[in-house]
Amino acid sequence: MNVTRLIIVAVGGQGNLLASKVLGEAARREGIAVRMSEIHGMAQRGGVVESALVFGPAESTVISDGEADILVSFEPLEALRALKKCNANTVVITNTKPLPPFTAAIGRGIYPDIETIRKRIGEKTARFIEVDATRLAAEAGNVLSVNMVLLGTLTATGLLPLSEENVKAAIADTTRREFLEINRKAFEMGRQSV
Amino acid sequence: MHKLLQDKPGEKMFLLGNEAIARGAVEAGVAFASTYPGTPSSEISFNLFRMARESELYFEYSTNEKVALEVAAAAANCGLRSMCIMKHVGVNVAADALMTLAYVGVKGGLVIISADDPYMFSSQNEQDNRYYGKLSGLPILEPSTIDEARRIIADAFDLSEDLGIPVIVRTTTRINHSTGAVEFGTRIPPKTAGTFEKDPFNLVTVPAVSRNLHVKLLEKIRRAEEISCDSRYNVIQGDGSLGIIANGVSATYVEDAIRDLKIQEKTRVLRIGFSHPMPAPLVRTFLSGCEKVLVVEEGEPYMEEAVKAIAQEAGFVNPIKGKADGLFSRLFEFDPAMVREKIASYFDIPYEVPDKPDLSDIPELPQRPPNLCPGCAHRAVFYEVNKATADMETIKPTDIGCYTLGFLPPLSAGDFLICMGSSTGTAGGFSKATSKKVISYIGDSTFFHSGIPGLVNAVFNNHDMTLVILDNRTTAMTGHQPHPGVDMKAYGMEGYNQISIESLVRGIGVGHVSVIKPYNVKKSMAALKEAIEYKGVSVVIAQQDCALQVKGTKKAAGRPFTVSDRCKDHRTCINELACPAFYLEDGRVKIDAALCTGCSVCAQVCPENAIVPLPRNG
Ligand code: SF4
Repeated sequence: MNVTRLIIVAVGGQGNLLASKVLGEAARREGIAVRMSEIHGMAQRGGVVESALVFGPAESTVISDGEADILVSFEPLEALRALKKCNANTVVITNTKPLPPFTAAIGRGIYPDIETIRKRIGEKTARFIEVDATRLAAEAGNVLSVNMVLLGTLTATGLLPLSEENVKAAIADTTRREFLEINRKAFEMGRQSV
Repeated sequence: MHKLLQDKPGEKMFLLGNEAIARGAVEAGVAFASTYPGTPSSEISFNLFRMARESELYFEYSTNEKVALEVAAAAANCGLRSMCIMKHVGVNVAADALMTLAYVGVKGGLVIISADDPYMFSSQNEQDNRYYGKLSGLPILEPSTIDEARRIIADAFDLSEDLGIPVIVRTTTRINHSTGAVEFGTRIPPKTAGTFEKDPFNLVTVPAVSRNLHVKLLEKIRRAEEISCDSRYNVIQGDGSLGIIANGVSATYVEDAIRDLKIQEKTRVLRIGFSHPMPAPLVRTFLSGCEKVLVVEEGEPYMEEAVKAIAQEAGFVNPIKGKADGLFSRLFEFDPAMVREKIASYFDIPYEVPDKPDLSDIPELPQRPPNLCPGCAHRAVFYEVNKATADMETIKPTDIGCYTLGFLPPLSAGDFLICMGSSTGTAGGFSKATSKKVISYIGDSTFFHSGIPGLVNAVFNNHDMTLVILDNRTTAMTGHQPHPGVDMKAYGMEGYNQISIESLVRGIGVGHVSVIKPYNVKKSMAALKEAIEYKGVSVVIAQQDCALQVKGTKKAAGRPFTVSDRCKDHRTCINELACPAFYLEDGRVKIDAALCTGCSVCAQVCPENAIVPLPRNG
């Protein structure tokens, strides 16, 4: 079995920690070894949150620059910032809804236009998948289920050694019951978006 | 039942490193635990805090790490298995107790967790606490994986009781904050009733007693070295002639690199998980078959120095390298690709470094630094102080907590910081060394931790300073732990006392004390001005609950605000307050109603009174 390396980046509060929890649980169901590490020191203060998940036969829990097989970003600027983690074979999935950082609002730095982001990531990686996850999540009934939309898209690519059934079961296991219906719907919409 | 309390040996769970450590403590029958919170250690104690409510475990948040260690030292000297948890710099605070506790020793096991933070993800330095083992004489254990982080705790307790001294378990952030599969072991029931046997000639460290105790400690260190040689955490794998010595997470990077480079046959690896004392005879055995040796360790060349010394005595002359130009750095953390590349280059293994994307055409991206939360009262205080001192030259020492983030522009509330509590001590130095007005910021928890002695000093030596105590009734930064100024009933807990910062400050004899409600901008500014004009020591206590903690509760401030069409686009709000609830849309300032807490500070700041509460049905 090969090692699959996944990086998830998000802005604090976007729910990416739950997404990695779901994937960890799905891997457990699948009987696949997984380790992950998270840098979430300031998650609640609006900083960038990065999770690394390593599936398969490896010991390390971190992913070096240039070594991610898949990058999932909850925000387009953060996808571009995390490009250093990718290589020419990486598949990048990003939510297209920008969340401009505060620095851009007070004139310290310029938010790159979406065309630049698309072009740069597109030419340096194998595949660039754009999902309007925020809109789909809202349509599913809760803007906070962006994580579930992106999990759906990620699962649909078939790049992770995880079956759709196990990811779904893991969602049912790890997310709050009252949101389960919405989460399922969001996952499905994400899955169909590719 | 708390998931870590379950008595289900063999159960497999996916746990955070810090949960695995807490589980390890439960399995070892820990009866007593104390801490001062600090990233990356905080989840260990948070889990013990919660478990203490439904088990016989005694747990406390102590005022600082030194007190935490003293409390635990006494419990361990009454025969209770005790644990004391802190981040690496916390050990500096506890060091005075630690150094002589090593002489006195313990009866029940005492395990001290030192959570180091290479790369300083959330710390002010990246000191390597393995040197505390050398300095104090205490054994150091270091896990390499999450499951080992669980298992090592019980072994640490056994070792501590065997030797009669505390044992330090040193982790790094990548252990604390990584998640992996853990297999539950059996639980030893805790012994919770302690007894203290008086033995002053061994327990009261007057010089004559300590002279004997130091002799005994050296004997214990000698025995510890023997145990270290047979420890399951110090193991040799492979019998090739290319030697690699590694510890902690670096050992996992080495394992991956050897597999990726397909050099299993050529290498032999010494994994050191019991790193103080270093197992000299085992190292000698290891070296004897090596043509060349590489030491892979984050931080300082701790093992490298020891291995070189052992090699010198053994007459081993082949090259040993670790920290060197072109090899490993003492800076920051390692990663798997870096370790793979260095191993390949040092041992001349054919390896093509994979192409990395060329990022030269990526535009400069706006940073996303962490920011004080929307509605955080610290922002209001910083703004008010900035306005109150607009025409003055000031120096503003700050301290450790969320409010440290205020040092960034536009608030620029922080000019100097070295450690917990330093805002009070350094203020005096600045006031004597310069003629500028000194205004220090400190949080409530940090004030209790180590700010008080500096304030006493300032009153005694009659420094000219204003101390602003940002009292948000919690230790917010590390995840809202309580502290001595907190009403524990809010945590649903009885039987505690609450210490009033105001009475304490008045008790010290501070000449000018005021209390402000920072959401009231005008009144606060007036009070701050008065305090700052006072010659001598003045204290302003800014009381407002942490906005994040009270979010969604009855204590939350109120309805969100919106920018009305009276706005003339001065942008005073966005440029001077920098609350993250603001954003720009088509060049106009807007407020994100989902983020706004309704604190109303921006509405008071706006020169046009253009910021108004959102209509109820709007
Ligand atoms: S957690 Fe509390 S104290 Fe910290 S920035 Fe947020 S509101 Fe302020």
